[in-house]
Amino acid sequence: MKKLEAIIKPFKLEEVKEALAEIGIEGMTVSEVKGFGRQKGHTEIYRGSEYTVDFLPKLKIETVVADDQADSAVQTIAKAAKTGKIGDGKVFVLPVEEAIRIRTDEKGDEAV
Amino acid sequence: MRRILTGMLVALAVCAWSGAAFGQSNQGAEEGVANAAEMAEVDAGEVDASADETTVQNPDEARGGGGVIDKADTAWIMAATALVLFMTIPGLSLFYGGLVRSKNVLSVLMHCFFITCVMTIFWLVCGYSLALTEGCPFIGGLDRVFLKGLDPNAGDGIPESLLFMFQMTFVIITPALIVGAFCERMKFSAVVVFSLVWALLVYVPVCHMVWGPGGWLLEKGVIDLAGGIVVHITAGIAALVLCIKVGPRKGHLKEKMAPHNLPMCVMGTGMLWVGWFGFNGGSDLGANPDGVMAMLVTQVSAATAAIVWTAIEWIKNGKPSVLGGVTGAIAGLAAITPASGEVGPVGALCIGSISGFVCWYFSVVLKSRFGYDDSLDVFGVHGVGGFVGTILVAVFAAGQFGGMMGADYSVASQLGIQTLAAFGVAGYTLIISLALAAAIEKTIGLRVDENDEREGLDVANHGEQAYSS
Repeated sequence: MKKLEAIIKPFKLEEVKEALAEIGIEGMTVSEVKGFGRQKGHTEIYRGSEYTVDFLPKLKIETVVADDQADSAVQTIAKAAKTGKIGDGKVFVLPVEEAIRIRTDEKGDEAV
Repeated sequence: MRRILTGMLVALAVCAWSGAAFGQSNQGAEEGVANAAEMAEVDAGEVDASADETTVQNPDEARGGGGVIDKADTAWIMAATALVLFMTIPGLSLFYGGLVRSKNVLSVLMHCFFITCVMTIFWLVCGYSLALTEGCPFIGGLDRVFLKGLDPNAGDGIPESLLFMFQMTFVIITPALIVGAFCERMKFSAVVVFSLVWALLVYVPVCHMVWGPGGWLLEKGVIDLAGGIVVHITAGIAALVLCIKVGPRKGHLKEKMAPHNLPMCVMGTGMLWVGWFGFNGGSDLGANPDGVMAMLVTQVSAATAAIVWTAIEWIKNGKPSVLGGVTGAIAGLAAITPASGEVGPVGALCIGSISGFVCWYFSVVLKSRFGYDDSLDVFGVHGVGGFVGTILVAVFAAGQFGGMMGADYSVASQLGIQTLAAFGVAGYTLIISLALAAAIEKTIGLRVDENDEREGLDVANHGEQAYSS
């Protein structure tokens, strides 16, 4: 099993969710996060007081998939979340040791 | 803290006592009403010569101390009173509340709210009497302490009780305006004590000098329809004094102190703007063409200043900011306040554009050069706006500029009076505010301690949070 952690632009969530659903991935966890990479922040000015905002709002999608689904899931996310402009985000792939569905005690691929 | 509570209890007890006294003095007035009703039935032909002193000209008009009560005037000033109260709660409260950080929003709302309550009692106890009854040129008398002897049916155009109410909304908003200078760091007890004593020592004498019968500046012929001097210059100067005396917020110019909720500011500004129709349009104390013109120039000045401030920021920063736009509107409203009775539309355009630029310059350029932390720009917007309007009205009141003054009007001599009034009142306000702030610093202290300031005044002073997470 692999865990995918995708940091995306917030307004891309719906597209990514639908694209993943189309390839059969229907579960995910989403959190609102802040961060920055190559995309620099922006400047805000309030009555002459200037503030640089480095951390920009992003969404982090976490989902765990079977090994053979991982590649296509990564490509799906990358395709759906792409705008071509700086700040589109990243996808990280991590190995997962075990998964358990609490309700049924199912383990491994059956649980995700 | 205990001393303050004891003081409040004593004040309430005194109020209760005076209430009884007032009840007695009221009886005469009620008899007057009864008589008036009887006589209306008697018909205009037969009038009992031995009737009470209160006489009637027709069933709808009771004649009191000075003149006839006009129903239209009364109706409009009742509405205007509500509009001006609406400026403080919730207009100014929302405007200020949105500008501070989220950990301090409740404290600012509470400052405005509690000042409203405290000023109401103060105005009843002695403020109104000392400000607006006959006395010497600098302060009024004690004839209306606790509104003693007030006849609800007496008044000149409007009942005196309505004059009391309308003017009360002005003494409420003035100390509430100062809140923007010391917010996010001043002790609640110090805010209450400062507002109360400041209203007695600064607002009341200045109000009497400018608006009171026989007032020093009134007799000199000063123009201040709705409080450019009485409200905005006094509040602006006190704000400057207090923000310097209290000191800057921890992390000032180092940490991000952006407004936590700009939509609140925009809503608050809208309420202030609408309320300002009562403020300026009501200050002629009548439903008449002068009041309508005051509303008209108020609207024009606010819009012009908002456009000018927005344009300056658009050109300088590349983006027309929302906060700039609404701040400009407030500057234009403050500046037209003293002038709204005497200038025409052209004067309003000029005062609006000049105040938009000058207030921006003071709030943005000069403030950062001097480094004082007038957190929400009370001095830069209200104080400077009040100055601009008070001085410029001398020019734009002239008939050549579409003003209301006739041919025998002298711009130069009026300019002298306006300058004397503006700077005289500013100087007086400066000295008294400084002394008062120093006295409070020595006794109860002005500032919360550093940990409380870091944590935020909402939790530290009031034990509450605005936004539960």
